[in-house]
Amino acid sequence: MTASTPRTSRNGAVGNPAASAADPASQPPAQDARATATQPPDSAEPPSPPGGRSTKRRPGKRTGLRILNAVSIVGGITIWWALAVSGFEFPTPPEVVETAIELWNDGILQEDVVASLTRVLAGFIAGSAVAIPVGFLMGWYTVARGLFEPWIQFFRTIPPLALLPVVLVLMGIGELPKVFVIFLAAFLACVISTYQGVVNVDRTLINAARVLGARNGTIFLRVVVPASTPFILVGMRVGLGSAWATLVAAELLAAQAGLGYRMQQAQYYYDTATIFVGIVVIGVLGLVMDRLLLFADTKLTGWQERR
Amino acid sequence: MTTTPTDTAKISVRRVRKTFDLKNSEFVALESVSLDIADNEFVTVVGPSGCGKSTLMNILAGLETPTSGHAVVDGKDVRGPGPERGVIFQQYALFPWLTVRKNIEFGLKVAGLRAAERRQRAEYFIHMVGLDQFADALPKMLSGGMKQRCAIARAYAVNPSILLMDEPFGALDALTRVTLQEQLLGTWSREKRTVMFITHDVDEAVFLANRVVVMAARPGRIYDIVDVDLPFPRTEEVRLSPEFGELRNRVWHSVYHQTPGVAAGHASS
Ligand SMILES: Nc1ncnc2c1ncn2[C@@H]1O[C@H](COP(=O)(O)OP(=O)(O)OP(=O)(O)O)[C@@H](O)[C@H]1O
Ligand SMILES: [Mg+2]
Repeated sequence: MTASTPRTSRNGAVGNPAASAADPASQPPAQDARATATQPPDSAEPPSPPGGRSTKRRPGKRTGLRILNAVSIVGGITIWWALAVSGFEFPTPPEVVETAIELWNDGILQEDVVASLTRVLAGFIAGSAVAIPVGFLMGWYTVARGLFEPWIQFFRTIPPLALLPVVLVLMGIGELPKVFVIFLAAFLACVISTYQGVVNVDRTLINAARVLGARNGTIFLRVVVPASTPFILVGMRVGLGSAWATLVAAELLAAQAGLGYRMQQAQYYYDTATIFVGIVVIGVLGLVMDRLLLFADTKLTGWQERR
Repeated sequence: MTTTPTDTAKISVRRVRKTFDLKNSEFVALESVSLDIADNEFVTVVGPSGCGKSTLMNILAGLETPTSGHAVVDGKDVRGPGPERGVIFQQYALFPWLTVRKNIEFGLKVAGLRAAERRQRAEYFIHMVGLDQFADALPKMLSGGMKQRCAIARAYAVNPSILLMDEPFGALDALTRVTLQEQLLGTWSREKRTVMFITHDVDEAVFLANRVVVMAARPGRIYDIVDVDLPFPRTEEVRLSPEFGELRNRVWHSVYHQTPGVAAGHASS
């Protein structure tokens, strides 16, 4: 994948978690000089388990990869198990499963999952819903860009979590402050990406629409919006990752329920099994949500020419 | 300067000058370009890279405005793009998220045609360029030549009276190129349009044209105009005829052995 464009480096704030979380988004699909179609934002895919994009490969290679995946997972669990029995403070895999079942039977696990998911989805959906129009405005109107850009550039250099103390002071200790920092995390990732998408729309496509008689409104709806969809979806995926990370951290700091809260509590009692349950559930939920967005991505942006 | 603009011309470029502002100087892309193109005429434009061919076309398309002078189409000054001037870009410029059919229907939709009517018209032009089997394919599934045929159909579909083509076959291999040239002429003879066709290929310029306009660079200007009085239809026979060869040599000489500072007035009259 082609390296980031000059525009990216202008926006790129280096050396902090917020910026690196949003970094993949600021790598626009490379514009091949010879192709009109935007290239797939493959590079923008957040790290995912091997085999994620292997669907286009030959079937033989695919099953080969799957086998390797399985071997890797089994191997990893075996090492974990071996470490646990050889004296580390680890729970063994069966202990973790047992604890998970216990937590489930007590209704605690469901409660935590619902609490966490509600927060993350509320923040993420609100964040994306605000980010997409703002990103479009910034890309389309110079005035909007001039007004929004300094603030977005400033806030994206701050990990949303760093704002939690002040948000807690201002918003109290209810759900609002947590949802708000998640909102911020999702918003910042998605807004930059949407903006990049609009700015990167191929000029010739806009000109092609103009010479076919299209006016600004039509160009916006029928050219700019579809052309930036790949960028928006990348932004949403990065935003979701960022939201999820922020959620767990926020719950570790200030919550009465949720997966992060549960792990925090377990830490007091050296209850490593519960902590492991939390880690695994967080990982699985994050993965499932990412796969759902990836699925939407392939459905909505299948028109892209892939290299 | 040489060609006196007349009111009967379909396209009339009158002393057009176009400059671009560079850091601390101004770059003259076109200097005093005047050219008349008659209704249904097929004019090709050749010239070295950077001589302002695309700039001239963009001015006629309404995508750029001249610094001074006028671009007149049908007796009216060009102000912005319009569907009566179809443009075919070198890079195809198909909307990659739309199928061939939807691409061709785009301009019709913009014009407010109803679905049934759009479909019928699109069908006709899909057939005209021989993409029937690919009507519902996305551009990514088409070869370069098919993409360009789709772009031609899309431009034709809105029924423009003028077609402006900027090196439309530039990215294609020689064989596809020749096939498309013949198809384009076939289409043009059935559906007469005024065409301005930019190319950097001298053979292509002569083969297609009623008239070849040779441009020169620094500043961008018209250097020579060569009338091509070869018969239509242009067949392989025409392409291999000595007359074709002569015209080709003449244009070749004009393009590749340009005397600095000479403009059309001195070269051709
Ligand atoms: N927007 C612009 N800003 C500055 N200079 C420009 C701009 N557009 C074109 N030019 C300059 O004007 C000159 C003519 O450009 P143009 O694209 O019309 O050339 P061309 O004849 O089409 O060349 P080619 O055969 O390579 O396509 C070039 O030197 C180019 O650098
Ligand atoms: Mg050009």
